[in-house]
Amino acid sequence: MAHAHKLEILRGLIKFKSNTQKIWGVLILLSIITAVEVVLGIYKPESLMTKVIGMKLLNWIFIILTIVKAYYITWDFMHMRDETKALRRMVVWTAVFLICYLVFILLQEGGYIESIYSSGFVKRDF
Amino acid sequence: MDNTVANTGTEGKTWGGGNQPLKASYGKMMMWFFIVSDALTFSGFLAAYGFSRFKFIGSWPIADEVFTHVPFFHGNYPMIYVAFMTFILIMSSVTMVLAVDAGHHMKKNKVTWYMFLTIIGGLIFVGSQAWEWGTFIKGDYGAVQTKGGNILQFGEYVTVEGEQKFKRVALGDFAVAEEKYRTEHDRKNGLWFVQEGTLPTYTVDEVYKGLESHPNVLVRTQIINDEGEKTVLSREESLMQIKNNGKLVVEGANLHVNEYGTSLFADFFFFITGFHGFHVFSGVVINIIIFFNVILGTYERRGSYEMVEKVGLYWHFVDLVWVFVFTFFYLV
Repeated sequence: MAHAHKLEILRGLIKFKSNTQKIWGVLILLSIITAVEVVLGIYKPESLMTKVIGMKLLNWIFIILTIVKAYYITWDFMHMRDETKALRRMVVWTAVFLICYLVFILLQEGGYIESIYSSGFVKRDF
Repeated sequence: MDNTVANTGTEGKTWGGGNQPLKASYGKMMMWFFIVSDALTFSGFLAAYGFSRFKFIGSWPIADEVFTHVPFFHGNYPMIYVAFMTFILIMSSVTMVLAVDAGHHMKKNKVTWYMFLTIIGGLIFVGSQAWEWGTFIKGDYGAVQTKGGNILQFGEYVTVEGEQKFKRVALGDFAVAEEKYRTEHDRKNGLWFVQEGTLPTYTVDEVYKGLESHPNVLVRTQIINDEGEKTVLSREESLMQIKNNGKLVVEGANLHVNEYGTSLFADFFFFITGFHGFHVFSGVVINIIIFFNVILGTYERRGSYEMVEKVGLYWHFVDLVWVFVFTFFYLV
């Protein structure tokens, strides 16, 4: 069985000698990202509390870091990097499109209901 | 054979069949498609969580104040334990991918060991999750639920390093249990074979009396103010709220009530982490089956460890989902 692994991550910035070495490299990368998330989550720097497009900047950072982690898990642990383009697009584009659609609709609706509550049509029921 | 099989004359052509344009086996491709559909299920749940959260954005519980415990340690350590759980799951993903790699090189011993470590990692994770559930169900401070279903918590202002901080106070620190006018209804007395859940330690009256006799204790509502903190009521308002609106003493969280805030939060927490935990559990079971197959030499004889790879895909997917659950339940 010939298994050709692509051995570079970060667009060729880091190149590994073997597949095993790449796995450990990705583990280090994922651990660093998780550590950054936890530290930011505990200290919550005041400068990141400004609102950007309806959400705190800190929350955007968390979401982006999560997607970065998801990318490396899928691409390197699940070997998506080594699959054909067609298989990769079939899986990734379908999921990404449907999830974005669903999330947009539900969050939009949730925000709308919140505005109904807060702008006085329904009294808070203490 | 020539008599029964019709030759179409397209053999060797693109549409003649027998091609593998995706260069992946049937089993592996189907595992990917299953993962896509399962990912959509999970995103449905998480999006529903987002919906409810956006709906009650001004009164949602703050995760840092809910998950603050670490086993064997006392004190306030938000997020440390979930970070540990995340690391365990990523680590077991790594041993899984190392097992797959060893399988490509047909090294049976290495595959066995890495599979074993993966299973251990999975078990530690499920155990941690059970502990996390236990802590959440037990609760720590207790609260009073109002007629409208809102949660009122208690605390006092203390000065820490020259700064005024609101510190939570447990019900047991100020309320005194008196003789109860009713006891818990068991299956064996009263109406037979009908029972009720555990009664709270205190009644609302006892909490009110305790609040009256402790002038430093204040009530905190669910509403988040401009500083991103929960609103603390004045002393008069505190007494008034408990007296007029207090209906039920809540200790811990379950599917009906939740001392940390809206019960929706507890419902989603149990449902989503439970569904994920179920995936981890079934992943461990499948891993164990494959582990024994590896030991028995099934894949050695088959000449390919692709089965380990397929199970690995599922296991990594479980890790992938946890990364999102971690973000949306504990960080954001």
